[in-house]
Amino acid sequence: MISIRNVSHAIHGSPILHDISLDLPRGGVTALIGPNGAGKSTLLSLIARLDKLQAGAITVDELEVGKAADRVLAQHLAIMPQSLTVSARLRVGELVMMGRYPWHQGRPGAQDREIITAALEKFALEPLRDRFLDALSGGQRQRALVAMAYAQGTDYLLLDEPLNNLDIAASRHLMGLLREMAEREGKSIVIVLHDINYAAAFADRIVVMSGGRIAADGAPDEIVTDGLLREVFDTNAEVRLIDGKPVVLV
Amino acid sequence: MARAQIWLGLCLLVSIIGYLFLDAVGSWAFILTFRATKLAAMLLVGVSLAVATVLFQTITANRILTPSVMGFDALYAFALSSMVFTLGAAGYDAIPQPLLFAANLTLMSGLGLLLFMALLAGGRGDILKMVLTGIVLGILIRSVTGFIQRLIDPSDFQTVQVASFARFTFVEPVLLGMAAAVVIPALVLAWRMRFRLDVLALGPEAATGLGEMPKRGQKQALLLICLLVGAATALSGPMSSGFSGPSNFFGLIVTALAHLLIKSERHATLLPAAAMIAGIVLVGGQTVMERVLHLSTPLPVVIELIGGALFLFLLLRRRAV
Repeated sequence: MISIRNVSHAIHGSPILHDISLDLPRGGVTALIGPNGAGKSTLLSLIARLDKLQAGAITVDELEVGKAADRVLAQHLAIMPQSLTVSARLRVGELVMMGRYPWHQGRPGAQDREIITAALEKFALEPLRDRFLDALSGGQRQRALVAMAYAQGTDYLLLDEPLNNLDIAASRHLMGLLREMAEREGKSIVIVLHDINYAAAFADRIVVMSGGRIAADGAPDEIVTDGLLREVFDTNAEVRLIDGKPVVLV
Repeated sequence: MARAQIWLGLCLLVSIIGYLFLDAVGSWAFILTFRATKLAAMLLVGVSLAVATVLFQTITANRILTPSVMGFDALYAFALSSMVFTLGAAGYDAIPQPLLFAANLTLMSGLGLLLFMALLAGGRGDILKMVLTGIVLGILIRSVTGFIQRLIDPSDFQTVQVASFARFTFVEPVLLGMAAAVVIPALVLAWRMRFRLDVLALGPEAATGLGEMPKRGQKQALLLICLLVGAATALSGPMSSGFSGPSNFFGLIVTALAHLLIKSERHATLLPAAAMIAGIVLVGGQTVMERVLHLSTPLPVVIELIGGALFLFLLLRRRAV
């Protein structure tokens, strides 16, 4: 369980998060949604220790973020990076192998290689194994990054807007893979999304943030309503139920 | 990959043998000791600068930067000029070499480190800001140096000019030992960082996710860079052309060639390759200049020429910055 207790955060003096307490139990896909500037990405980067915690505490299972050893935390919590450094000219196979770093610390063994092969197959990257990352399409690139996070073998996976710049096929494929990882392997996935429809279709739980606070928290069909769009997103979009799932008409 | 390294090793061996044995006139015992000392100095300087440049490019995520943009050579020229200005050429020449070396090393490593740490400590440790500030400080130091040099007596200025170029003509074994005592431990530490550097090269976000905190790695790498560049510069004088050289082309040539020949980003192969190329460029270059072409042009002048062209090539060829 990821448990967030009384977390407040300010950037350059302006408050971003106000006293947030939230429990994200093990298993399933949790989507963080909210208007721009609601603090979703900040909250995620605090859990991922990309930013330093200013007030409050976050624990992942028994590990306290900021106090637990970085290597141990990396064995429990993976982050799918939004981007890699441009100069990192790697092949797909090498990138996915980097995901094993918290375990092998640079010296991969037979077990690591097996996991890599399995991960490449699972994400249909086997044919691209020796391709350089900059020779991939946006969708393939995102898939390679998820495969790397998957290879890390952690219980928790955090993703910050992974659908940016992806077309509908790549977006659905990626969300399907995440869904499958949650269902078949019991991974807990926390994902920041912009598109409410993707959140409603693929997440088990939606946490809505607004102005640095948790505005709502629950199953998609309880959360995604006309009222939410009006109050939190400040727009008059209509929500219809199709096959039991809420869909926002844009 | 392994093949490229074998070829590099062979080239380096040929350069070393050529340097030691070609064109020898007189007593072998004398010539070999004399040349072996110079050879050791060149290898030490070359390997230090190569490794420092690879580390610097990794932590700044930029292939066309070298540590000297931070003004290491400017610091050297500044120290040299101010000493000659205050002590006079005769006074400067009277300083015992080991003392001068130790002072230079401490000044460059110490000030470099101070600069890095001060800039990294502020805010969120923006490495790009640190580099830009370093460049501006380098310009400032160069300007002050230029001013001091205009105040120096013209005959004393000769001393400055001679000492401003990298030189391997005469190396005191004592200085060599002092430099090695700094460089070798730093190289060992850099080698031990090789896997962590691979992770850091992915960018701060990915590195954090993999449990490798970028800031700590950056600080350790910067410490090693300061020691390596400080020792190399104190031993040989700046490797770039004296006063005006804005960029340390030597490191740039070496790392660009290493990336070209070794089609891998792994530091376990990149670091040794860059080190070997550095040896080949310095020792091989010196052999060709001295023994084959019988020219007395200082090698750095040639390195600058080739490096300048390469720098432009890299800039124009790059697709994304």
